[in-house]
Amino acid sequence: MPAETPPLLEVRDLRVEIPTRRGVLVAVDGVSFHIEEGEVLGVVGESGAGKSLTGAAIIGLLEPPGRIAAGRISLEGRRIDNLDAEAMRRLRGRRIGMIFQDPLTSLNPLYTIGRQLVETILTHTDLTERQAREHAIGLLAEVGIPSAAERFDHYPHQFSGGMRQRVVIALALCANPRLVIADEPTTALDVSIQAQIIALLKRLCREHGTAVMLITHDMGVIAETADRVAVMYAGRIVEIGPVREVIEQARHPYTIGLMGSIPLVGHDVERLSQIDGAMPRLDEIPAGCAFHPRCPHASERCRRERPERIALGNAEVACWHAGELAGRGAVTAGVVRERRENRNARTGDGRPLVELRDLARHFDVSAPWLTRLFSREGRKVLRAVDGVTLTIPRGTTFSLVGESGCGKSTVARLVVGLYRPSRGTILFDGQDYAKLDSHAAMAPVRRRLQMIFQDPYASLNPRWRVAEIVAEPLRAHGITRDRVEIRDRVGALLRQVGLSESDARKYPHEFSGGQRQRISIARALASRPEFLVCDEPTSALDVSVQAQILNLMRDLQRELGLTYLFISHNLAVVYYISDYVGVMYLGRLVEWAEAKSLFRDPKHPYTRMLLDTIPDLEMTGRRRAPVAGEVPSPISPPSGCAFHPRCPLATARCREMRPEPLPRGDGGEVACHAVAENRLPERAPRETPLRQEAD
Amino acid sequence: MIGFVLRRLLQSILVMLTVALIAFGLFRYVGDPINNLVGQDTSAVEREQLREKLGLDDPFLVQFARFVKNAAKGDFGISYRHRRPVAELIVERLPATLELSIVAALIALLVGVPMGVYTGLHREGFLSRSFMTLSLVGVSLPTFLIGILLILLFGVVLRWLPTFGRGEVVALGWWTTGLLTVSGLKALIMPAITLALFQMTLIMRLVRAEMLEVLRTDYIKFARARGLSNRAIHFGHALKNTLVPVITITGLQLGSIIAFAIITESVFQWPGMGLLFIQAINEVDIPVMAAYLVMIALFFVVINLAVDLLYYLVDPRLRVDRDRATGHG
Ligand SMILES: Nc1ncnc2c1ncn2[C@@H]1O[C@H](COP(=O)(O)OP(=O)(O)OP(=O)(O)O)[C@@H](O)[C@H]1O
Ligand code: SF4
Ligand code: SF4
Ligand SMILES: [Mg+2]
Repeated sequence: MPAETPPLLEVRDLRVEIPTRRGVLVAVDGVSFHIEEGEVLGVVGESGAGKSLTGAAIIGLLEPPGRIAAGRISLEGRRIDNLDAEAMRRLRGRRIGMIFQDPLTSLNPLYTIGRQLVETILTHTDLTERQAREHAIGLLAEVGIPSAAERFDHYPHQFSGGMRQRVVIALALCANPRLVIADEPTTALDVSIQAQIIALLKRLCREHGTAVMLITHDMGVIAETADRVAVMYAGRIVEIGPVREVIEQARHPYTIGLMGSIPLVGHDVERLSQIDGAMPRLDEIPAGCAFHPRCPHASERCRRERPERIALGNAEVACWHAGELAGRGAVTAGVVRERRENRNARTGDGRPLVELRDLARHFDVSAPWLTRLFSREGRKVLRAVDGVTLTIPRGTTFSLVGESGCGKSTVARLVVGLYRPSRGTILFDGQDYAKLDSHAAMAPVRRRLQMIFQDPYASLNPRWRVAEIVAEPLRAHGITRDRVEIRDRVGALLRQVGLSESDARKYPHEFSGGQRQRISIARALASRPEFLVCDEPTSALDVSVQAQILNLMRDLQRELGLTYLFISHNLAVVYYISDYVGVMYLGRLVEWAEAKSLFRDPKHPYTRMLLDTIPDLEMTGRRRAPVAGEVPSPISPPSGCAFHPRCPLATARCREMRPEPLPRGDGGEVACHAVAENRLPERAPRETPLRQEAD
Repeated sequence: MIGFVLRRLLQSILVMLTVALIAFGLFRYVGDPINNLVGQDTSAVEREQLREKLGLDDPFLVQFARFVKNAAKGDFGISYRHRRPVAELIVERLPATLELSIVAALIALLVGVPMGVYTGLHREGFLSRSFMTLSLVGVSLPTFLIGILLILLFGVVLRWLPTFGRGEVVALGWWTTGLLTVSGLKALIMPAITLALFQMTLIMRLVRAEMLEVLRTDYIKFARARGLSNRAIHFGHALKNTLVPVITITGLQLGSIIAFAIITESVFQWPGMGLLFIQAINEVDIPVMAAYLVMIALFFVVINLAVDLLYYLVDPRLRVDRDRATGHG
């Protein structure tokens, strides 16, 4: 019998329990998988599915009182889950490394990055201090830190988020571990930086032959990075197999639903397919198949017996009915979801509802006057929004996209009147809203526009009942004070957003994230507004819940003729929801156009860069071309066209003169000298990589 | 950095001026300074001359300016009771108070910080729980009671330690120290512990809380994931990050140790500034009270300044601001 070499990592029937006062919670339940040498295993699932706990259990860093209750974990054929603390510590860093989500908090702020690297290298090798230093500098250069030798003695706060994540990667890889567990390594980063980091991680692991367990909730990242993928739900692996097979022929109803709820650029659908409900809390995981309350195919057997994982094709699926369902989850099958109907049929009459003209908002961010006096520096003005002109026709959705800090949220706040403009006008239904200065004069307009925020947790008063929260705008705008009428209206609003009337008596903490966002929407709709400003309304939500909210927003728009200003960094979501899209860079609108037209034919070099960062879920083989460089400080933006330091087409003229907006030819506009001078290159077709990794 | 220091200095000067104003108000308007200076049988004419000589009829601002000018030179006038310059009295008493306070602060730090670290790391251990319970006693018993209990036990019952005074002192120039003689050291033990106890428990609880907080941070998790040794993580990474708040509180506490010394000094009849101040209150010795007030304020201000500068040493985020804009690659 030939002795097969054992896989690098083997996890058998892992069970992680968390004892609490109200009983023992089972957070990971019977999880088995393996990872081969040099392989990338993606682990996806919504928050709370047990992904991070599985990773923590492997590296021996479960937070007490969490504990491994059953199962075994072997690394290179050797069992490691029963090692004592000291033996486990020696394994960490040297055999198994880990990368965490937030680069801003992963590094000790009080030590230089060099010191942290050298310390780690010295812990695991016999190198001398000097050799360790050289090795560290080499690593920094390898992860793409320019002038690594100089930056060696810098502190973490002197690096940007993307740079810090590079340092974190260098730290995780510095003792050459065989396996790296990367827990949401790009979630805290801007989309444009995400692509850079993923490309880097992939390249390094390939070069060093390191295997990766890549934990993420982003299917796109998995699609372009992983060899195999495990889908987790409620502490169990429901489907595991080669990425291509799982994405294109998902067999488990949860995977199928998950894939269908991801909006895709280029796919025009009226509604996303959605899985109703949300993942159960740990203390109420249903018996039998944990997914059965949400599953459209659930049978009596599913409610009673827990399905075992069975092989189907090259994948394994834990579902009683998987055999019958096979192949129904192809991504492209999502297109069969109703086709997007003719836009103009449902939108309004095309008359503008909101117009921004040369809108600007500046913040004074100067140091205190005495410091300024002594260090002889002038006042500092941050031009968060600097001359934005746009028009939103009635009944349509206008989206703003751009990297973090480009001023999207500030525009939103200006439009709803949370900030006063420093310059420019806001016309609401033809009326100059920003000029109305008395509260009384604003009131009738205020009632007609409402805002939905990113964080459904922070924006609801935890001490109010839902009824009071939803009724607040009714009272505040003096719409009605009649108790019975208020009750009826609140009930109707809750029904409208998919909640029930009985929910009115509950408090916000009794709801899940998605339900809370429904409550915020109900509150926003209470005063019967015509215009809703939505700042990242789904980015705190899981994909399946995001799909529910996006569908709800679409439905409401159709029923009530609402107009949206929508802000998101997720380009696929923007593609799905928008009629018009504007791209912002450092406080300016650099390009805008009708959504489809913009995504098909982006002209501004920055728009092109952004669109190239969209992960490729359809597995066309296209590589993401990461955006080069990072956003400069908005306090001292570059001269001329602010994008010129990152622009491959920049010329002397770009550095001196700010480009004026020109018509794109489809009703939209673009501000770029290259367009004006007609020297814009053809855009590379999507199949071929535009550029290798940016560094 | 220079701007920052200068701004702090300016604020300090403002604080000192305010305190000086209060001290001056005390001096000038509580009782009649002339009455306090001269005997019963002085004639009205003589009083008037003295008034003139002291400038007590000058406008308020002129008088205040003179007070500040003199105070800056260390001249607070003549003590009503001792009939000696106040500055002389203070200089005589200062070493006793400072030695007591600094030894107490050292005890508080050297015992409080390790105990805090220990209880932070071994949250559930028996020792930790005992420390925590003991520290509750420390914060809830009033200082004078602890002092009296100590005197009772070690002074009266066991007769190991003297119950009052400073013991023998050695003069080093104008400074007198009790640290060089056995009796001086013995005399120091009880008052120093009494004074230190409250601050010690405070520091211990603070370090513990900070330790627990820091141990939960991502960078500590990441350090563990890199396989660094527990020692490196606890003492290299975690402890240093707890230092910033500890420095703040310790600095403030050192100030209050000096101020609180009043009580300890009177319990142990310690011949320091606190005792001087208590006596001054009993006898309405206004110049001494005014001088004491200004002294204490000065200590607080200087310590605060030192704390702010220490921040700069410990926390690089405060040191470098300007590089950040160029930090982007
Ligand atoms: N109240 C304020 N005071 C000073 N600066 C501000 C203020 N509000 C926003 N800014 C700055 O204005 C710029 C634009 O901020 P804004 O929140 O609009 O960005 P954003 O595009 O929404 O980014 P994100 O995607 O991170 O939310 C940023 O540099 C931000 O730091
Ligand atoms: S086992 Fe039943 S309930 Fe579970 S996923 Fe399969 S069909 Fe749905
Ligand atoms: S104006 Fe010049 S620098 Fe700016 S985007 Fe166009 S080509 Fe690039
Ligand atoms: Mg924002």
